[in-house]
Amino acid sequence: MTEASLSEFATARATPARWGDYFVLLKPRVMSLVVFTGLTGLIATDHPMNPIIAAVAVLCIAVGAGASGALNMAFDGDIDAVMRRTMNRPVAAGRIARGDAMIFGVILSAFAVMLMGLAVNYLAAGLLLFTIVFYAVIYTMWLKRSTPQNIVIGGLAGALPPAIGWAAATGQTPLNAWLMVAIIFMWTPPHFWALALNSGEDYAKAGVPMMPVVKGAKSTRLQILLYSLILVPLAIAPVFTHLGHILYAAVSFVGGAVFLLLAIRLWRSRAGEAPTAGPDGLYSVKPGAREARDLFAYSILYLTLLFAALLIEHGLGLAMSLR
Amino acid sequence: MSTPDPFNEGAEAAKARRMRSLMIALALVAFIALIFVITLVRLGGNAAHLVQQTS
Repeated sequence: MTEASLSEFATARATPARWGDYFVLLKPRVMSLVVFTGLTGLIATDHPMNPIIAAVAVLCIAVGAGASGALNMAFDGDIDAVMRRTMNRPVAAGRIARGDAMIFGVILSAFAVMLMGLAVNYLAAGLLLFTIVFYAVIYTMWLKRSTPQNIVIGGLAGALPPAIGWAAATGQTPLNAWLMVAIIFMWTPPHFWALALNSGEDYAKAGVPMMPVVKGAKSTRLQILLYSLILVPLAIAPVFTHLGHILYAAVSFVGGAVFLLLAIRLWRSRAGEAPTAGPDGLYSVKPGAREARDLFAYSILYLTLLFAALLIEHGLGLAMSLR
Repeated sequence: MSTPDPFNEGAEAAKARRMRSLMIALALVAFIALIFVITLVRLGGNAAHLVQQTS
């Protein structure tokens, strides 16, 4: 990153922070996916639970995820300020001071973990605390800047919410809970590397050792295919452990086939090899990187459909049992 | 009547600060309500459990 951008990040305080800026610190889009997978973990247990306590558990997962996002933005302000996708974030743009974002994140983390422990149970609280610390300290402060395996290992933090939800409902985390965690864990590398192939120059400019920056686009495309080959059978596995039923089976087989086709198409392409200057935006196609953009966009739909299928199957089952 | 500006920070910054203060107040009220409801639910559950044990 340039000296100019660093000093701009350090001193800028262009406009006063609005409350909406603090909401943006929570990374609401990431938070919504975390809430969705955490809720699915909670419902998939088929364990009747007081609806108010269940809502508190989901609230704690949401606030914990938001707190992680705030701590991440507080620490990564220098990186965010250089990348087009993130330069408008409140800390990077200088609307919120780094220290304020840090305090905000710590207070929300304490609130989420303590409330989970007191109102729900200590296993769920412990898993939530581990997730926040893993994301904010292990991933953000250490892995992200030091290894191309950053999002592989760091992906554990994003994968844990279903286990937290399961623990909140039952006080246990059996095989099926960890199967859901494993699916998100294996989904993370293809998802983020496809994004990185579509915006690799930004990561290089910011000094973040993402896989395409360190190993090149060709190696990244191969690794995306290899992770996809593990992910798709893993996503089908819940059918055989009685976690997923007919709807889930249909989604995991058909959705997995499409995922593999897109991963193969990306592997055979030259995505990520041309300069990625082009229109801004998460879903914008950069020159020569359409295959990467397509897999990135589809990966979100694929994970959403898998967990939606579980949510529908178990949600309906739970509703029928309560009648 | 003009709005007081004790920190001499300008109208826009003062408005942003007032809104932040309002959101903190709302969050505190929500927190109190949440703890109250959780206490009722937990106490109710424990009381029902005690009744089951004694009967």
